[in-house]
Amino acid sequence: MDVLLSVLDPDYFAATIRLATPLLFATLGGILNERAGIINIGLEGTMLMAALTGVFGAWFIGSPWLGFACGVLAGALVAWIHGFVSISLGANQIVSGTAINLLGLGLSSFLIRIVFGLKEQQRVVPHFDPVSLPLLADLPLLGPVLFHQHALVYVAFLLVPVLWVILYRTRWGLMITAVGEHPRAASSVGIDPLRVRYACTVLSGALAGAGGAFLSLGQLHFFQDEMVAGRGFIALAALIFGRWNPIGGMIACLIFGAADALQFRGQAVGLGVPHQFMLMFPYVLTLAILVVVGGKSQGPAAIGIPFRKS
Amino acid sequence: MSGAAAARGLQALRATSISLAAIALALAASAVLILLAGADPVAAYWALLQGAVGDGFALGNTLARTTPLIFTGLAVAFAFRCNLLNIGAEGQLYAGALASVVIGIYLTGLPSVLHIALSIAGGFLAGAAWGGLAGYLRAARGINEIISTIMLNFVAIFFVSYLVHGPLAEPPGFFHQTAMVAETARLPVIYPKSDLSVAIFLAVAVALLTAYVLWRTPFGLKLRAVGESTGTARFSGVPVNRYVFGAMSVSGGLAGLAGTTEMIGGQYRLLDFFSPGYGFDGIAVAFLGRSDPIGVVFAAFLFAALRVGANHMQRTTGLPTSLILVIQGMVILFILGVAVLEWYRRRQRG
Amino acid sequence: MPLLRMERITKTFPGVVANDRIDLAVDRGEIHALLGENGSGKTTLMNALYGLHRPDSGRILLDGAEVRFSSPMDAIAAGIGMVHQHFMLVPPLTVVENIVLGLKTANAPRSPLLDLRTAAARVRELAATYGLDIDTGAQIWQLPVGAQQRVEILKALYRDADLLILDEPTAVLAPSEVRHLIGVLRGLAASGKAVIFISHKLNEVMEVADRISVLRGGRLAGTVAAAETDPAELARLMVGRDIVPPRRREGRAGDPVLRIEALRVRDDRGLRAVDVVGFSLSSGEILGIAGVDGNGQKELTEAIAGVRAIESGALDLTGLAPSRGERFRNIGHVTEDRHHTGLLMSFPLWENLALKSSDRPPFGSPLWLRVDAMRRATARAIETFSIRAQGPDSPVSALSGGNQQKLVLARELGLRPRLLLAAQPTRGLDVGATEYIHQRLLAARDEGMAILLVSTELDEVLALSDRVLVMYEGRAMGLVDAGEATRETVGMMMAGMERHEAAVQGGT
Repeated sequence: MDVLLSVLDPDYFAATIRLATPLLFATLGGILNERAGIINIGLEGTMLMAALTGVFGAWFIGSPWLGFACGVLAGALVAWIHGFVSISLGANQIVSGTAINLLGLGLSSFLIRIVFGLKEQQRVVPHFDPVSLPLLADLPLLGPVLFHQHALVYVAFLLVPVLWVILYRTRWGLMITAVGEHPRAASSVGIDPLRVRYACTVLSGALAGAGGAFLSLGQLHFFQDEMVAGRGFIALAALIFGRWNPIGGMIACLIFGAADALQFRGQAVGLGVPHQFMLMFPYVLTLAILVVVGGKSQGPAAIGIPFRKS
Repeated sequence: MSGAAAARGLQALRATSISLAAIALALAASAVLILLAGADPVAAYWALLQGAVGDGFALGNTLARTTPLIFTGLAVAFAFRCNLLNIGAEGQLYAGALASVVIGIYLTGLPSVLHIALSIAGGFLAGAAWGGLAGYLRAARGINEIISTIMLNFVAIFFVSYLVHGPLAEPPGFFHQTAMVAETARLPVIYPKSDLSVAIFLAVAVALLTAYVLWRTPFGLKLRAVGESTGTARFSGVPVNRYVFGAMSVSGGLAGLAGTTEMIGGQYRLLDFFSPGYGFDGIAVAFLGRSDPIGVVFAAFLFAALRVGANHMQRTTGLPTSLILVIQGMVILFILGVAVLEWYRRRQRG
Repeated sequence: MPLLRMERITKTFPGVVANDRIDLAVDRGEIHALLGENGSGKTTLMNALYGLHRPDSGRILLDGAEVRFSSPMDAIAAGIGMVHQHFMLVPPLTVVENIVLGLKTANAPRSPLLDLRTAAARVRELAATYGLDIDTGAQIWQLPVGAQQRVEILKALYRDADLLILDEPTAVLAPSEVRHLIGVLRGLAASGKAVIFISHKLNEVMEVADRISVLRGGRLAGTVAAAETDPAELARLMVGRDIVPPRRREGRAGDPVLRIEALRVRDDRGLRAVDVVGFSLSSGEILGIAGVDGNGQKELTEAIAGVRAIESGALDLTGLAPSRGERFRNIGHVTEDRHHTGLLMSFPLWENLALKSSDRPPFGSPLWLRVDAMRRATARAIETFSIRAQGPDSPVSALSGGNQQKLVLARELGLRPRLLLAAQPTRGLDVGATEYIHQRLLAARDEGMAILLVSTELDEVLALSDRVLVMYEGRAMGLVDAGEATRETVGMMMAGMERHEAAVQGGT
């Protein structure tokens, strides 16, 4: 009963939304990327680089917002490398993503030591604090859950309908879908599949970068080796779970966020379930859903296949 | 015979020179980073080399570190020959380690040879089961193995974490680790000061066996046929789904052996998160080795040398060991780049 | 003044002159056929017109003004529309979404938002004008190929095309659909548009075109008015000599090898693709299966080969399939698509040759391959089948289409199967390779092999078969002996008439 009450606690829901946010940024990015036919398992490394750059930016410029912008840019830049290798050079996207992960892991850990020095690696930098939306935050129950969050949380959740409209209601979305499903057909009506893929990849990197910078500037307030802790991979799970749809992706991120929050909660209240099982839960759930849905949900037809003009 | 061997030899030579060029480029690019960090690249690389192969102890450590990378590299390469991307070597490695440790600790009173053999077999089978699960999901349910193996990695790693925190924790349970495996289950140590055991010979032997299976058996031919074209394989009577399942199982088994040799070849007990990402490095190793078992052996040695040498480099020059990851990532990117240059050349020749 | 004039177009690829000083003029209101064998340069010429590549020399004039296209966009903007042989449609998008793909929104060119309602209204208007019946809201993957082709035509018209190029548009259509398409094209011509109709089928071209330009070996062999020519002249222009049907002896049929009764098979989408009452095939006999592409021939062959489950009925292989492995060795199969179901393109010749029998002598055992034996056998096959290749070690991808097909034939005949399934065995091959394959098939028959020949080329079926079975919408329309099979009767059966009806109408 205690457990049930503690789970129904507004704090728990607030934590769920907060923990879902970085995941949501990355998931939206992944959706955009994969719908254009590029799979990016390098999201993890991209987020790490952005988390680091965000910390550097916030420290040296002195503003979390500008730091965040640096992180977003860094994400876009790293994704551009993935784009160059897998779009222009037409190389294997999984291998390229693996290289990005190695680079991100290595470079972020290398640079934090070089720039901040061994002793001060975990220097706390200017960061984001929760913002209460006037009036709304005073609503009972809903107020603290929904309207006392970091500004970027609102941004992430606003991006969901924005991306949905872009994908399903604009000619850009049509182009992206065409390039992801049948790039040659897109090319035959004058769309340049390579440019569309580049645009989606770089934007996707920017979004993953936003997720990474949110982790360091919104949650941890400093940089730590491997601090993304698999969220880049979880985002890949979430977008499949959400069937490449921003709304589905958001639902997936909330479920994963809830599991994550439950883990802290579970430890705190002695839920009786080992916390490792809670950590496992999102993955098992995704697998289970894949098994139920089966191969019917394979995603864009041309995913992972380089496009070459002939 | 000589014709086929010569053709393959020429291919291998070209692949090797590309890999070497990429390594050189990556080292050159990283030298810039070292300069930025205010250190001397020549001194740093010299320290790296010394630390990796400078004396018997260093070489022993490097070879010890090569062993799991050969296995995970073989695992990824084997699956890739069947056009399957096994991102799950990490999880399969944990599965293998778990089985071997359980056999090593609780199955006592056996002659050493038998105990070791059982432990190895158990590790292979456990890895094979974990990899085979992804293969089954792909063959029977059409679920992309890249996705499923990513998920299964986390499940295996957290499950092992749970076990060493609870059921399998060494009494009285202060530390999150299992007990040590019995003496009878331990592989003979070659070089006592380092962790080097005969596991390295096992790894090289398995690499040779894998090469033989791939190139010189009907099973290997059909498996590669499935990798090249499922349509052609199917129309030639190859049961494609069974081969997909089989390839993922063997791949998982190979990764499982990485866990096994870590357990009975030097660490002797299972810890939380004990693998520093051998499974993920396997992807890079397989790629650097061009998915060729012999190439994998050399690539694994290179990666191991970098990792082991990095510690010495950090001690003498103060450069963080993570520089090595940067070098490794760049090697792969450069190979991708060079391979494409080659492709352009071929295309221009028509 | 003609709408389109192409003057002395030349295009070379490494080692090949694909177009050699070709002239072509097309008037408004004209249906102009471009006739030629595969590899004669039709596609290259049209790609130059559509901006997919630039000719080395020569000029393209539209309404008398010279144009230079560097991409299909330029061609589209100049009023040229192309219906590709493989449709350029995105399966999960709807008809109207496919049509507006890549275009700015009509009323608000600056807005990224779509206005599908207005677009759909205009599509319906165009569809009504030209008799192109379509459901604008349907997703492409739900539509039959005929409807998809109409979408492609609408897509071009929506972009205000004055000149429409159709690349082998009838290859995928049933005869009734062909007739409908011809009606649509006539209507387009009557409204002042020009149509270029690419084909390699003589009769069809005679029926649809006003004028016919024939290409041969990259050159223009001649342009003739349809009213002033006949198929024989066209054939001469196309191949450079009179077509001599392969001289064939009557076969001597032996014991039955394959018997089929009330066989039903489903296609990949789960729809019933085959519903055949029954037939049998004996050794020493070629049974030809005629029919338009997509009428169940593929599913029927695949069911016999053992790669497609049967829904119901009896498939009696008279002991050819005691086990799975035996079945694939006892039944030779020259598959329809050698790139995807016949060969391993990046593998050396010898691995391809040994693929089906690598685990038994002489090529190996379950545990090892005998590479020497495999390479020697490949070297022999290269000689016997006069395959042009550097040697057993070169990759299959380095071979020309004809030589690849010879390799497939060498593998399948090398197994000495009692039954050979030959699906479109000469598709995409030049005349020389086609003749060679035909001779090999006839020789194999004379040695007592039972051959099931599936071809959409009616002439090929008639030339080689001892008996002809016509398939239409998965059903067998009738079985005709070689002596009684004429183009007319078989053609009408391909269009869905039962044998006796066809016989009456065809006058035989």
